[in-house]
Amino acid sequence: MSAAKAAKPSRRISRPAPELIFGDFWTFDPSPETADPKLKARYDLFIGGNFIAPAAGGYFASINPANEQRLTEIALGDATDVTAAYAAAAKAFPAWSRLPGAERGKYLFRIARLLQDRAREFAVAETLDGGKPIKESRDFDIPMSAAHFFYYAGWADKLAHAFPGAREVNPHGVVGQVIPWNFPLLMLAWKLAPALATGNTVVLKPAETTSITALKLAEILQEAELPPGVVNIVTGAGETGAAVVAHPGAAKIAFTGSTEVGRRIMRATAGTGRKLTLELGGKAANIVFDDAPLDQAVEGIVNGIFFNQGHVCCAGSRLLVQESVAEAVIAKLKNRMRVLRVGDPMDKNTDIGAINSREQLDRIQRLVATGSKEGAKLYQPACKLPPKGYYFPPTLFTGVHQSHRIAREEIFGPVLSILTFRTVEEAVEKANNTAYGLSAGVWTEKGSRILKMSTELKAGVVWANTYNKFDPASPFGGYKESGFGREGGRHGLADYVTTD
Amino acid sequence: MPRLPITKTPKVYVGGAFIRSESGRTFPLKNARGALVGHIPQCTRKDLRNAVEAAAKAGPGWARRTAYNRGQILYRLAEMIEARTAELTAALALGEPKAQPASLREVGATVDRLIHYAGWADKYEQLLGSVNPVAAPYFNFTVSEPMGIIGMIAPAEAPLLALISLIAPAIVSGNSVIALASEPRPFAAIVLGEMLATSDLPGGVVNLLTGFHKELIPTFATHQHLRAISGVAPIDERTTIERGAADSIKRVKLRPSEDSFDWYGPHAQGLDAIRDLVEFKTIWHPIGA
Amino acid sequence: MSVATSPSFRRLLNEIGAVDSVGIEERVAKYGTRSLKKASKVFGLKLAVSMVDLTTLEGKDTPGKVAALCAKAQLPHEQSSSQANDYPTVAAVCVYPAMVRHARKALGGQSPVKIASVATAFPSGQTPLATRLAEVKAAVADGADEIDMVINRGAFLAGEFSRVQDEIAAVLAACGKSALKVIFETSELETYDNIRTASFLAMRVLREGDFIKTSTGKTSSNATLGNNQVMIDSIRDFYLETGIAIGMKPAGGIRTAKQALTFLVAVKETLGDAWLTNRRYRFGASSLLNDLLRQLEKEKSGAYQAPYHFSEATESY
Repeated sequence: MSAAKAAKPSRRISRPAPELIFGDFWTFDPSPETADPKLKARYDLFIGGNFIAPAAGGYFASINPANEQRLTEIALGDATDVTAAYAAAAKAFPAWSRLPGAERGKYLFRIARLLQDRAREFAVAETLDGGKPIKESRDFDIPMSAAHFFYYAGWADKLAHAFPGAREVNPHGVVGQVIPWNFPLLMLAWKLAPALATGNTVVLKPAETTSITALKLAEILQEAELPPGVVNIVTGAGETGAAVVAHPGAAKIAFTGSTEVGRRIMRATAGTGRKLTLELGGKAANIVFDDAPLDQAVEGIVNGIFFNQGHVCCAGSRLLVQESVAEAVIAKLKNRMRVLRVGDPMDKNTDIGAINSREQLDRIQRLVATGSKEGAKLYQPACKLPPKGYYFPPTLFTGVHQSHRIAREEIFGPVLSILTFRTVEEAVEKANNTAYGLSAGVWTEKGSRILKMSTELKAGVVWANTYNKFDPASPFGGYKESGFGREGGRHGLADYVTTD
Repeated sequence: MPRLPITKTPKVYVGGAFIRSESGRTFPLKNARGALVGHIPQCTRKDLRNAVEAAAKAGPGWARRTAYNRGQILYRLAEMIEARTAELTAALALGEPKAQPASLREVGATVDRLIHYAGWADKYEQLLGSVNPVAAPYFNFTVSEPMGIIGMIAPAEAPLLALISLIAPAIVSGNSVIALASEPRPFAAIVLGEMLATSDLPGGVVNLLTGFHKELIPTFATHQHLRAISGVAPIDERTTIERGAADSIKRVKLRPSEDSFDWYGPHAQGLDAIRDLVEFKTIWHPIGA
Repeated sequence: MSVATSPSFRRLLNEIGAVDSVGIEERVAKYGTRSLKKASKVFGLKLAVSMVDLTTLEGKDTPGKVAALCAKAQLPHEQSSSQANDYPTVAAVCVYPAMVRHARKALGGQSPVKIASVATAFPSGQTPLATRLAEVKAAVADGADEIDMVINRGAFLAGEFSRVQDEIAAVLAACGKSALKVIFETSELETYDNIRTASFLAMRVLREGDFIKTSTGKTSSNATLGNNQVMIDSIRDFYLETGIAIGMKPAGGIRTAKQALTFLVAVKETLGDAWLTNRRYRFGASSLLNDLLRQLEKEKSGAYQAPYHFSEATESY
């Protein structure tokens, strides 16, 4: 620089850094879905093809988490009811398992088609019961559930192909299945479809806070003329689930839920000879490299942690971002979060609905408080939350380290913990530094790096340049303490049969 | 006085539309009592040529559909056929009371066959494809792709079941098809066209021709855009086709019509029929940072 | 050397980032699920009317046709005398250079409706630079407030990025005070990476008040939610980096009010409130206007409208 230039003071007009305005220049009017969910005033147990009252005569209220209002009442099944269910399933097993596969398949095709017919009704019921946005029930949960029945229907007469070399492919018998509240109907479809296609009969326990679509599906099972006792549904609370798992009539137990309950089930079934599959929790790393297509990576991060309010076992709850692009990614992420709409799940424009229950909301709030206390920095976009109901805004924490509780524990809410890394090796090490191993995400333009990362990540599902993609043909399940067994695809058949 | 019914003009389903032959020619089809069923289009090589054009136009879009979507459409076709069982049974029995039970059985088996292949749509790849453990740091995988436009020759017997048994495994993987219906019993193919048209199957994916083998086989054999020929034919036709196929290296999968074959048995459906009409592509990609 | 491998392309793309097409399609699919009702729908429809560049670009255009277009632009729909006319005018009329003076005559000097002229050998751009610049100057002299130019796609696809940018700068100089809209012809650039690259090449020489534009409307594939998204993402990134706000114009292929509203949702969620104005967003369209008016009338009266109630002043785009 010449002396002359240096001598002149430069005139710099200091301008504020440019910012985007996401205000209320153009607001959306409420757009509620109006289809009738056709709820009954009371739902009974579904045993032996009929709706029957629980033995002890008790019912519990089903609450809409969006507004804390009562929707209906659900039968409270106890050990007697569970025994009756297993008896009905055992009675139905011989005929069902001996049916030619093509005929079993046709029942499943019927169920899929009937669910497609009543899709909107079921979507509304699912949203009212669990709090997820109607957009998601309508566009994801219900169609995907129908697709699972459709997919496994087609395997029923092709089992010899699925297990080449096996002389015989035999179902286990009666299987007990316990499912969670985050995708009530979809988790039911994931459990029932492969079990039935392979010739098993079922006793299924829906989650306590989300029993409605399971019992509505029982209506469809009747419409499909499924032989009585092939599927039995026993609703209730934790004890009911424990009874389903412990019952001697179960040849196999399938469970999706928390790792803690998974441990209890393993202890309860130890020494019984019962076969077991578990799909448990996760704390997935969503890894973004500096050459990733950044806007699409941000969309993937958002899909990964805010889809279904973060109530997703495979949620991308840890963002591992390469240091050189961390600032850019976080800035884009915050702008993207500012246009997410939190609110009434029944509004078609809602992106983030209600938290499923008071208990879950409390847990999220406690862990978020811990995050701040441990020194991580919280960001939440300005959001107007409805006055009643259980809501939590989309949240991210920066400055998170591996030792923080919010980097290790599953929050199961719309809360993202952000850590940085410098090299591929560091990303792999941090991603794998967890007892969980359900899923992971990798964002980079470089194909060879995608394949190296996916080879080294200890996760049952690796998404590259995408996140939270599901398909009935695609096997899903975890490594390490995220469980064992696979659901979906040809692999999903294996745990429901024995081969000779 | 009883109401006079109107008769249906038989037309063939080509390119998503119902056509007469471009030649305008027809041949009469009589029922068991010798009464006229209808004047069936006597398709020419130009009709075959036009059908191939239609299949070429529809093929890429059909191949790009998701496997799930193709499965749903095949299932919908099964629904259409099931719903019109009575009409198809009559189209097969053609007024012969003794043929009723066998015809009814044929329609039911046709529905089940379609359901079988509908179920394969999003599964066969998991059995035919593979990830190959090569001895070098490459991710190596083999996937299947449809061949393209397939010509089909249906046998004289089982005019509905055999026709569907040839068509379904071809289209489930994304191929498009020109099928020559049974020469002596073409009427089921005429009615089947109406079910294809209402099944959400895009026009041009399946094209049906009626007419005489001796007029059409030579063009099936030599049309360069047909990538494969499948079906059932006698020795002289097989020879003609195999010779003609040489020019464009067509894949030929023909069963001798001289051999008896049970269209209802376990060998009449399965994974092999799908594999016969797909190509395999193997892809390598390095694994590394 | 193909553009995908030329070193300057790779450097530029490295700087500005690549685009994943599957990811873009997924993002824009979400806009289609937004449900606009009642007042929010009416607001959006009126906003869209105010953003229309009402267009006629036909070989057979005449002064009479242009005059009819201008009349429609100033009064899109004659409302009954008992009702206040609360529909805005369109943003501009868009015509060929030879028609600019006829548009100026029809609109007069005080109209809120601007005159945009295509220029630079629209749509192909395949003439010498000197003639293209002369055309721009002539249109400006005849009264064009805005110039819609086409970039040199041949140069772009041959990897000559400096040349592409220099030509834009030269056209900009020829515009004087008139605003410039730079058409990329997205169907010819084909990939989202190319469109993002073209966006930055252009924006780095443009001024606030200028626009980038998808297409001429003369090819089979014009504005899509996907290419709109790539371009508005680029505009946002450029704005946050430099503070310079460039406008956006999707053109061609937007025929229905529903489509237009979906494009506006994309703008709202990507660029925010400051771009929801015809100073920063335009629709290059013709038949769109009548569909917007039909939907507005339907919201007013509650009844679905027949098309023949709305004056035809344009050919479909």
